[in-house]
Amino acid sequence: MTDRIPGFSTLAVHAGAQPDPTTGARVTPIYQTTSFVFNDADHAASLFGLQAFGNIYTRITNPTTAVLEERVAALEGGTAALAVASGHAAQVVVLQQLLMPGDEFIAARKLYGGSINQFTHAFKSFGWNVAWADPDDIESFERAVTPHTKAIFIESIANPAGSITDIEAIATVARKAGVPLIVDNTLATPYLIRPIDHGADIVVHSLTKFLGGHGNSLGGIIVDAGTFDWSKDDKYPMLSEPRPEYHGIRIQETFGNFAFAIACRVLGLRDLGPAISPFNAFLILTGIETLSLRMQKHCENAKAVAEFLSGHPAVAEVNYSGLASNKYNNLARKYAPKGAGAVFTFSLKGGYDAGVSLVSNLKLFSHLANVGDTRSLVIHPASTTHSQLDDAAKVRSGAAPDVVRLSIGIEDKEDLIADLEQALSA
Amino acid sequence: MNHDAYDDNYIREILNGVKSIAMVGASPVNVRPSYFAFKYLAQRGYDMIPVNPGHVGKSLLGKPFVASLADIGRPVDMIDIFRNSSHILPVVDEALKLSPPPKVIWMQLGARDDAAAAKAEAAGLKVVMNRCPKIEYGRLSSEISWMGVNSRTLSSKRAPIPTQGMRLSLNRTSVGGGETAASDRAAKNKSELT
Ligand SMILES: Cc1ncc(COP(=O)(O)O)c(C=O)c1O
Repeated sequence: MTDRIPGFSTLAVHAGAQPDPTTGARVTPIYQTTSFVFNDADHAASLFGLQAFGNIYTRITNPTTAVLEERVAALEGGTAALAVASGHAAQVVVLQQLLMPGDEFIAARKLYGGSINQFTHAFKSFGWNVAWADPDDIESFERAVTPHTKAIFIESIANPAGSITDIEAIATVARKAGVPLIVDNTLATPYLIRPIDHGADIVVHSLTKFLGGHGNSLGGIIVDAGTFDWSKDDKYPMLSEPRPEYHGIRIQETFGNFAFAIACRVLGLRDLGPAISPFNAFLILTGIETLSLRMQKHCENAKAVAEFLSGHPAVAEVNYSGLASNKYNNLARKYAPKGAGAVFTFSLKGGYDAGVSLVSNLKLFSHLANVGDTRSLVIHPASTTHSQLDDAAKVRSGAAPDVVRLSIGIEDKEDLIADLEQALSA
Repeated sequence: MNHDAYDDNYIREILNGVKSIAMVGASPVNVRPSYFAFKYLAQRGYDMIPVNPGHVGKSLLGKPFVASLADIGRPVDMIDIFRNSSHILPVVDEALKLSPPPKVIWMQLGARDDAAAAKAEAAGLKVVMNRCPKIEYGRLSSEISWMGVNSRTLSSKRAPIPTQGMRLSLNRTSVGGGETAASDRAAKNKSELT
């Protein structure tokens, strides 16, 4: 008998979790503890040597966090995952396994502004060099490949403008270059897009956004697709060479198709330290149980709001790929047929000043720097999330000075439209 | 048998059925994958026999090394081969000469020899290639979930509290995802085992 394969919503509720063996608690308990007792000296040695499965210290593994990791791995169709303190921490831990000082990676220009900063400035001091490419021009990725290229990084749905990236086309470039494709799937979530199905080797998320979904917890996660052969050449010594940290273990040889997730855990998280709190893991896990329902509502509301704004006389342009007139609509139909997400931008005929006054007149939308909350959110990226970019870079990344970004929540859409209507006419 | 994608029930039956496992190429070096797997399987209650002509006279976790399968001197259920793909066939030939023959030939992660597999299957043996029994046992029992690994199983049952040396239930519902196709491809091309 072959087993029935459960659907996405079933996995969102069940994957990774089981009744607690000790108490029978059905909901995953919050294991709010720093450390775990060993059975005996040999058990301790086995755990430290990675020979046994089990817990040592919450910086490395935690039973609450492990449920979150397995659940997201299952939803993304990956072999394993590692949860960390934030989306940014996930990006550092991933690239630390792949790059040595002097190495390069290629990143799409259309990214969350904080990622552009991290790649441009923070990573420079590690000697990791970023080469930018334009996700609307696939050949720009090919042109950026050099012998020092170690990875390609893109967002599936790009923050802030909600544009859709042609993941398969860029995966082909990555395969040809012999490097892994890393996809930040934060704005899509696996409910809308599963990048591994389109050729991604590694998926990262800010769990802070739609996966957690309630605006209450920072978190990040790395999902290993299990698709990349790290030992095919000498480019990835963290995975292919004997590791002095572990007396000569070769990570890929020992852990097979979930080696990348293990490297991130035992070479990255263990030594860099950005562990997620078990309490945050619990809240995010609870959020994920309703992911399907929330994403349906987020997308339905976003489309209605985008349609309303498109017809409004004060609005110059709406960038929502779910609209038939949008230049990314074909990509949205291909990659995100269930909905084009709930983060998008629009510009006002009144320019910068009209944007500022809109934000201050809104009564239901909250003016803050986040996306993917149950609440609807609004921000002016040029003066906030993307403020550290120069004007040309702001325009290139979709955050021109006259642009306002919305993250549409799961309220009643009539109320959101009424709030925008009164704010635009105030 | 589709050796690119095993049904979980096939692996489950093997791991539930065998009691003794001879590990060919077992290493006494405690950072080698064979040592990891040997130790784990012994802790989960399997009767483990280390086979390695280079270490006869020594023992691995209390079990004396033997030089070859023929030297085991008692029936064995499964042969777990920790050798490079190019060294598989002679081991399978040797296994088929045993009386009684083993029930299962298992080739480790990274090792694959389709001709040797066909030969063993023709003789009525079950064959698994390019998998690790430790990983599969950990996955089907979900013990591997401690490491954030996708066990590709679900259960709404309360499991007993695991203690040392305890056999774990492998009877959870299997689900999809976490494909192994890429590592299978890599193994076909080459192997890091010696
Ligand atoms: C697409 C994207 N990636 C990464 C991040 C960074 O995540 P975190 O704030 O959890 O570090 C964000 C945050 O806004 C984001 O929108």
